[in-house]
Amino acid sequence: MAGSTPASLSAEAPASASRATKPVTPAAEAWRRFRKHKLAVASLFILGALVFLVLAGPWLWAVPINEIDFTAKLKPPSGEHPFGTDDLGQDVLARIIYGGRISLAVGLAAMVVAVLVGVVIGALAGMSSGRVDAVLMWITDLFLSLPQLPLLLLVIYLFRDALKSAFGPEGGVFILIVLVIGGLRWMPVARLVRAQFLSLREKEFVEAARALGASRVRLVVMHILPNAMGPVIVAGTIDVAAAIIAESTLSFLGLGFPPDIPTWGRVLFDAKDYLDIAPHWAIFPGMMIFLTVLSINFIGDGLRDALDPRRVV
Amino acid sequence: MSSAYLLRRFLLAIPSLLGISVVLFCVLAMAPGDPFEELTLNPNIPPEVRLALRASLGLDDPVYLRYFHWLFAMLKGDWGFSFVSRIDVDRLILQRVPTTVAVIGTSQVLAILVAVPIGVLAAARPYSLFDQIANTMAFIGFSLPTFFTGLLLILFFSIQLDWLPMVYQSTLRETGWAWWWVQIKQSIMPVMVLGLFQGASLVRYVRSSVLDVIKLDYVVTARSKGIGQRKVLIRHVVRNALIPVVTLVALQMPIVFGGAIVTEQIFRVPGIGSLLITSILANDTPVVMGVTFVFACLVVLFNLIADILYGWLDPRISFR
Repeated sequence: MAGSTPASLSAEAPASASRATKPVTPAAEAWRRFRKHKLAVASLFILGALVFLVLAGPWLWAVPINEIDFTAKLKPPSGEHPFGTDDLGQDVLARIIYGGRISLAVGLAAMVVAVLVGVVIGALAGMSSGRVDAVLMWITDLFLSLPQLPLLLLVIYLFRDALKSAFGPEGGVFILIVLVIGGLRWMPVARLVRAQFLSLREKEFVEAARALGASRVRLVVMHILPNAMGPVIVAGTIDVAAAIIAESTLSFLGLGFPPDIPTWGRVLFDAKDYLDIAPHWAIFPGMMIFLTVLSINFIGDGLRDALDPRRVV
Repeated sequence: MSSAYLLRRFLLAIPSLLGISVVLFCVLAMAPGDPFEELTLNPNIPPEVRLALRASLGLDDPVYLRYFHWLFAMLKGDWGFSFVSRIDVDRLILQRVPTTVAVIGTSQVLAILVAVPIGVLAAARPYSLFDQIANTMAFIGFSLPTFFTGLLLILFFSIQLDWLPMVYQSTLRETGWAWWWVQIKQSIMPVMVLGLFQGASLVRYVRSSVLDVIKLDYVVTARSKGIGQRKVLIRHVVRNALIPVVTLVALQMPIVFGGAIVTEQIFRVPGIGSLLITSILANDTPVVMGVTFVFACLVVLFNLIADILYGWLDPRISFR
């Protein structure tokens, strides 16, 4: 009885045996399970619309992000400026579209860094038992107990100027933020991968591959890793949301991107002193962050139902 | 709980503190820039003097010697001198720590008070309407970043309704009951922002933890003995289900500190979080290092407390 509790609210009832008439691919099976999660499907559409808006935005809404117009400053939303204007009379919608590209790019890139580091460390720990495993897991636990935001701020404070001079103001800050956010978020992935490896490497199909003479690398890359990817994809999805929040937090504290790059957090930082006279300026970027993060989190939940083999349904 | 267990937990905290100090020191040591940069530009100081000064401060020593030097200075309480505030870093931080701990503590209490009843009720009737609403609200709660909730609360309660003060003041003129009233009024929003964010993620943990326990045989036994649903839930289920939640609360501490920094910055609460931001903006390196180290120590401390509580709540753990 203890194991019959579904992992998440949306997990469906056990499938009936009579349904298995023709073979289905794993991807089709996962999509079938994902579709059961109504909020996740809705979130997929919302996120798709947001990404489309951000990518195609400059063609749909061809207003420059830095056109200063003091006659129209701090104007509430109108036909001319659907999201209103800021204290320099710049169009908030255009700035949000531009900033969204940076925010989403940071989120995706940081996720890639976190997943890569996590998979490598988790695979190393999972394949090598004994001392290497113990040391790697000790490092993972150590990183888990680091205070992330203070450390993030410390690293950015110490290294910002050097990277700025090396890669330019935009590129330097982008590389730094992505590396630091990714470098502080790989631990859950590493633990998941290690746990998967520990159980998968004892399975018969791995044994069979080893008996056929497959090398260690081939075992990991061809046989174990593909079977361990489900939880990693789920964790990676949620990492995108966490990285977007982390970048927005940095920008909101005034320590992220420079003022001429209006990421969503940076717009909020600029807008927070005008809350009483121009609330729209803060509400729109805030809503964008919220909608993006919420839909990514719901998609992650749907993917958990679809992909996680630890589902106990 | 045996004293051996306590001792083992204390001893296990030491390597993690040392590890954190190594990470912090590496970050500092790898950072570009030379503290003596200004002196090289100053023509009045001959290079020999500069080199002698470097040698006397141990800057030319090998890295591991510099690390031990730095570690012993930190342990002795010699944390340096704030460039901006002109007082010792440890005194500056000690002035600010109580405010931060008070805000974080109250918000954690609020989070637990909100999350435990909701999580338990949601798990008592899984897939009911209440459960679905609670789950959706929890998702919304932890998808709302703290800086945005803070701004929304200011917009609503300070600007639209004018009920609560926008900015936290540390020097209040009121005394006695009036002091408490003003203090509570100005603490409501920071505590709400942090507490609700924390509570939202806790609800899910409590729910899944209760779901794990509620199907166990001993609960079925209790029910078949004729004990009422309420009593079974509170006496038998919740008491066991909350044990893992203790660990989860502690594991969330690093995230809570991140939230505290943001909240303190929005509401200008004079804690160590806002101290960190102001010293970063003012290039006050000794204070930045000190505050980061204090945050790290607090995380280790809370993990230690959680471990000890866990051993006390679940005696099986301390015998392993």
